Amino acid sequence: MTSGNPGVQPDPREPAGAPGVERGSKMLGSRAVLVSSASTMLFFAVIAVVVVLAPGSEVVAERFFSPFHLWQSTVGTPSTPSVVGAFLLNVKIFAVSEVLILTLALVIAVVRQIPGPVFFPFRMVALAYTDLFRGVPLILVLYMIGFGVPGLGLEFISYLPDVTYGIIALVLVYSAYVAEVYRAGIESVHESQNAAARSLGLTRWQSLRFVILPQAVRRVIPPLLNDFIGLQKDTALVSVLGSIEAVRAAQIYGASQFNYASYVVAALLFVLITIPLARFTDRLISRDKRRREAGAVA
Amino acid sequence: MKRALLIGFLVASLMLAGCTGQQGSGGSQEGGSGSGNSCDIKSPPLFKEGVLTVATDKPAYPPWFEGNPEHYSGYEGEVASEVAERMDLPIEWVVEPFNKSYAPGAKDYDFDINQITITPEREQAVDFSEGYFDNAQGVLVLKDSPFADAQSISNLKDARMGAQVGTTGLEFINETVQPNEEPKVFETTNDAKSALESGQIDAMVTDLVTTVYLRDFEIDNSVVVGQYPRNEQFGMLFEQGNPLVGCVNQVLGKMKEDGTLQELEKKYLQQYLSVPTLEK
Amino acid sequence: MNGPTLTLENVHKSFGENEVLKGIDLVVEPHEVVCLIGASGSGKSTLLKCVNLVEPIDSGRIVVEGEEITAKGVDANRVRRRIGIVFQAFNLFPHMTVLRNITLAPREVLEMDRQAAEKRALGLLERFGLLDKRDEYPDRLSGGQQQRVAIVRALAMRPGVMLFDEVTSALDPELVAEVLSVIKELADEGMTMLIATHEMGFARDIASRVCFLDEGKILEQAPPERIFTSPENPRTRQFLQRIIAAGRL
Repeated sequence: MTSGNPGVQPDPREPAGAPGVERGSKMLGSRAVLVSSASTMLFFAVIAVVVVLAPGSEVVAERFFSPFHLWQSTVGTPSTPSVVGAFLLNVKIFAVSEVLILTLALVIAVVRQIPGPVFFPFRMVALAYTDLFRGVPLILVLYMIGFGVPGLGLEFISYLPDVTYGIIALVLVYSAYVAEVYRAGIESVHESQNAAARSLGLTRWQSLRFVILPQAVRRVIPPLLNDFIGLQKDTALVSVLGSIEAVRAAQIYGASQFNYASYVVAALLFVLITIPLARFTDRLISRDKRRREAGAVA
Repeated sequence: MKRALLIGFLVASLMLAGCTGQQGSGGSQEGGSGSGNSCDIKSPPLFKEGVLTVATDKPAYPPWFEGNPEHYSGYEGEVASEVAERMDLPIEWVVEPFNKSYAPGAKDYDFDINQITITPEREQAVDFSEGYFDNAQGVLVLKDSPFADAQSISNLKDARMGAQVGTTGLEFINETVQPNEEPKVFETTNDAKSALESGQIDAMVTDLVTTVYLRDFEIDNSVVVGQYPRNEQFGMLFEQGNPLVGCVNQVLGKMKEDGTLQELEKKYLQQYLSVPTLEK
Repeated sequence: MNGPTLTLENVHKSFGENEVLKGIDLVVEPHEVVCLIGASGSGKSTLLKCVNLVEPIDSGRIVVEGEEITAKGVDANRVRRRIGIVFQAFNLFPHMTVLRNITLAPREVLEMDRQAAEKRALGLLERFGLLDKRDEYPDRLSGGQQQRVAIVRALAMRPGVMLFDEVTSALDPELVAEVLSVIKELADEGMTMLIATHEMGFARDIASRVCFLDEGKILEQAPPERIFTSPENPRTRQFLQRIIAAGRL
């Protein structure tokens, strides 16, 4: 037994005889906690001192962190929109896009792997789609859809709000990436799962729907979240089509006041929505990992 | 949790520094804008010895800038060149994106000339020369637009308006026009132009001269509905506390006195200024 | 029903260049328990996978309960409902509870409603002493428990014949017995079974007939008393000697 805490019972859910990292660090005493806290504080204190003592620090502080400008950019002025208010547009774009992306990407991924010669054209279309939209940079797609489609003058399609075109562009591009993530997940589910499902009489679609896809999706939660997080930032690009979202609002304030505090506010907002998502995903991953390590694979 | 506290501590200490920084704005250097006293025109403080380094954005548009980027002509190009000549210095052009022009820290040039409007808020962060051009806002629409024969601001209330980010055009829209629909803001004049041409916006606002230039050379079937002066002046942008402002102001003052500035205006901008004024 | 439950006629199966089944002839009558023994690579697993149409055969016929399942146009999904198979790696669905693992196929394939499917599942779980595990996920079960659940999952479809592919080979020795006793129970109830196994003692105990498979051919088949004590084929003898020497018989 290691030194430290003799009274701690091993976690019954850990397989016996497999000292995990978590279990190891649980066994560390309060001394280690003290040392790590002290070293962390020292680390940040050193950085703080270096920054504060730098020659330009006063000006940088005023230009980036001035409380007056932080506040003013948050609430807005008669001639500059509020960064926080504009951020709601980012959230809206992100929420709508993500749902559409998760759906469209799943369709593409499934179509990619339907076996059988009769489905060849569908597989080819799905393949071409992912190649095309992973190849073209998002900003170009935004321009082509956001300025091109309205320019065509087609009934209804050319008269949508620019945010809609922005969402369409985001969905088209991100679905290509996410489809590949799904595909990796599907292929990572061991063939024996499919064999077991088919052996029970389930059809190929039933096996896909009840057995393969639920496992595939759980497995790719980290890369899915990564794309999610990237999407949150890319919502800012929709501003190219004219609507004012958080980064654009920051830019407007910045140009008007010659101050960058608005960018700090925008950055903070982006960080704030990323963190809970990341923690939630960590939980999902560890829960799924436990389940997955049941004796399934030969 | 501790990590969050420490980051908060770091930010708070920087904000505190920011507070004190604001009260003593201008830092340790002397010399405010406008005073000509502390600059010796015989040996002015220059970024690079013996040369006047002038910055502008890329791409640089006519009629503000024309010709070879090594020796710009055009209105702003020639104003700057004239200043250099009168200071007995060769001119060297460099590129500075607008968004960076107001960043803190030392500048890599003597001044930036780029249709930048002088405002009191901006003067908290940089120093401006005296104005070298009185700017008005221009409103551009397509000929077949319902707003093509608008004569007053109130005629534009229902228009979907657009402006380039960082210009006073947006302020004009928000403060003066106050349209019913939220205006659109674009990264570049080009994007605003595309939006106008594809029908995403009804009217585009930018500085008068550029508006007319677009009408005459870039957008077919467009019309400038009118201009709206707002008591705005373009000024050259200097690092805060740079004594060179004094020298440049001296020279500018002379150029106004002896009519050089007016001549340049006539040469490059005359054709872009005769546009009816919008009523309120 | 009359006639054999399962018939294999001259079944050949190759994987690429490698011919794994070289003409298998086998008949399993109703209620028979036939054990397949033989070295690894002899073709036992492949044989079973061909029976439940997981692997297509290259030539020959397989007839299940009177229907030629290898004929053209046969709906494989329908056939597989009637054949239960349990694998060496238990292959439970890790994202579902035990109960859901068992009720999935009855509900989706047999279109039973939820209550009926659960009733059947719970009955089976209770019979095999696993009722308290019904809401657990497979990762919380021991290997032996998982394998027993896998058997129950297959039974829930009420198959006409059960195939077992080395189902205890992946288990810790102390867990083997509980699984074997389940299979024995099924045998006692009259389930027709085809079992590939290394467990010779078990085969001797439970089988109506033992088939020795060697390099893709059935070299010998006989009731267990005869094949274990006086095998006719020299290769059978060789194989059994090695088994005995390893202390596994």
